[in-house]
Amino acid sequence: MYNYVEDGDSKTTAYVEKDQDKYQQFMARIEAGEKIEADDWMPEEYRQALIKLISMHGISEIMGALPEKEWTPKAPTLRRKLGIMAKVQDEMGHGQLLLRVAEDLMKPYGKTREDLIEDLLSGDLKFHNVFHMPTKTWADAGMVGWLVDGAAIMSQTNMLDASYGPYQRALQRICQEEVFHAQHGEAIIMALAEGTEYQRDILQESLNRWWPALLMFFGPSTAATTGSSKQDIMIKYRVRKSTNEELRQAFLDKYLPRVFSLGLTVPDETVHYDKEKQQWIYEQPNWDEFKQIIRNKGPKSKERLRLREIAYENNRWVRQALVPKTVES
Amino acid sequence: MKLVETAEQAKQDPSYLKAVTELIYQLADDDFIISFRGSEWLGLAPHIEEDVAYSSITQNTMGHAVMFYELLEQLGEGKADVLAHERQPKDRKNGCYLEKRNGEGAYHGEPYFDWALAVVRNYFYETFKQIKLEAISDGSYKPLANVAKKALMEQTYHLAHWKMWMKQLQKSTDEAQERMELRIVEAWDEFGDVLELGDCAEDMQRHAIITSSEELKGKWLQEVTNTITNVPNKPLKQIYGNGRNGEHTVDLEQALETFAEVYNSDKTAIW
Repeated sequence: MYNYVEDGDSKTTAYVEKDQDKYQQFMARIEAGEKIEADDWMPEEYRQALIKLISMHGISEIMGALPEKEWTPKAPTLRRKLGIMAKVQDEMGHGQLLLRVAEDLMKPYGKTREDLIEDLLSGDLKFHNVFHMPTKTWADAGMVGWLVDGAAIMSQTNMLDASYGPYQRALQRICQEEVFHAQHGEAIIMALAEGTEYQRDILQESLNRWWPALLMFFGPSTAATTGSSKQDIMIKYRVRKSTNEELRQAFLDKYLPRVFSLGLTVPDETVHYDKEKQQWIYEQPNWDEFKQIIRNKGPKSKERLRLREIAYENNRWVRQALVPKTVES
Repeated sequence: MKLVETAEQAKQDPSYLKAVTELIYQLADDDFIISFRGSEWLGLAPHIEEDVAYSSITQNTMGHAVMFYELLEQLGEGKADVLAHERQPKDRKNGCYLEKRNGEGAYHGEPYFDWALAVVRNYFYETFKQIKLEAISDGSYKPLANVAKKALMEQTYHLAHWKMWMKQLQKSTDEAQERMELRIVEAWDEFGDVLELGDCAEDMQRHAIITSSEELKGKWLQEVTNTITNVPNKPLKQIYGNGRNGEHTVDLEQALETFAEVYNSDKTAIW
């Protein structure tokens, strides 16, 4: 799971590369479809935007395991238990893969993974809005797989041809696994949709709860909404192809018909497909709330961060024990 | 040794059936509860690589539990899911030490889990499981021997993983050594029943389903004492009672409550 989190705070200033020759060469390379590797020259703006994107992605994978973790021990059948265990294991694996990619990019700044974890705990490094939300019932475990991972697949396949080679290669594998996750989620949802009244109730209630977070998932359409947006930079550098709104529309195209065919509704009476404009019309989620959420003021932000903090503090002795001893001759 | 090829064949001999059923309950319940405790660690391990490795081991171990519950299903004990979810603590056969909480605090709250406990517990358990599976894979009950062989393919890596942690932490900082020693001494008082085969041990051996519990225990002691820096100078005990006889602690009740919460929320439902 993943996604690209807009940074609601920082102001984007116009970037001017000092070494124009190198810059032109670099742009020519990526425009020709070449991949940039960790040791290649790259513009500062590119490196920083990648670090931000990939470290957020990686840390969101890790934070994303926490809401589902709440339901792993409670999975209602042995098969479901095996399924969700495999899924959360994959998510941690994605986190590890991505942190390795981010670490290479951070090397010139002398920053390490410890710094990333500390940035997360201090609030400097954001994690994706959906993982600040509570999971209240088993239906949420299904919803995270079905629609949250479904949305993640949309935003990640948008970057499968990203100009940065190490990230692009990691995404190939991640996307393949995410497809299984979405199927795992869909299987849980189908069982609930075809199930008892109680099961259908918790399913509808879960969808109502997740709906605004799902709309927020892709970020605001323009910088005007939240004050800043990195999407233009990412498109310029050929990291991503589509805009936030294009992705959201593709998501609605794919999933709204499925939602309706299961007899479910979404908590927005205005939702409809406008044939002339060829797009879904929907009520905007509360973007102020979005800004609050990604500033770690969401319903579960504090608890989830606290879990990581406990793990970090509690295992300090283990990390210290693993530091290689200096052998005195 | 007369091989028993199928569950149907096992059912022909009541004494054989009882012994093999008993052994499989122990295997299933042990794997199930240690995997449950392992799954609580997710996201809390010392580093991300360990989170990936440990959750992979936990997932495999739950897979083994499922295979064992399915063998019980074939032997007429009921549906695997019912066996995993509905049996009362008094009917559970896992060793008590395996149900112990991961440390202080609560899973849904502030989990102050102890990595030294995780390492010692998993190493002690996986060592014994390896020895047991090897014995069973040469045993008379073919369906069980086949599952044991399958599990052994993964088991080797699980054991290697925990043994590496044991060695590293015992040779490391003073704090790490102290913490490990504390958990080793504690385990010496609590691990005893895991090494038992329960009331049917003699029949299990007589029917050549597994070797004697003394032989298994001897092999375990040999391996473990080779790995521990300071072997506790006292006999192994089981201060929480004998899980093989259905004696358990409140920690198992807590685990089962959590585990069956959704399952119990609507028993008529198909999940």
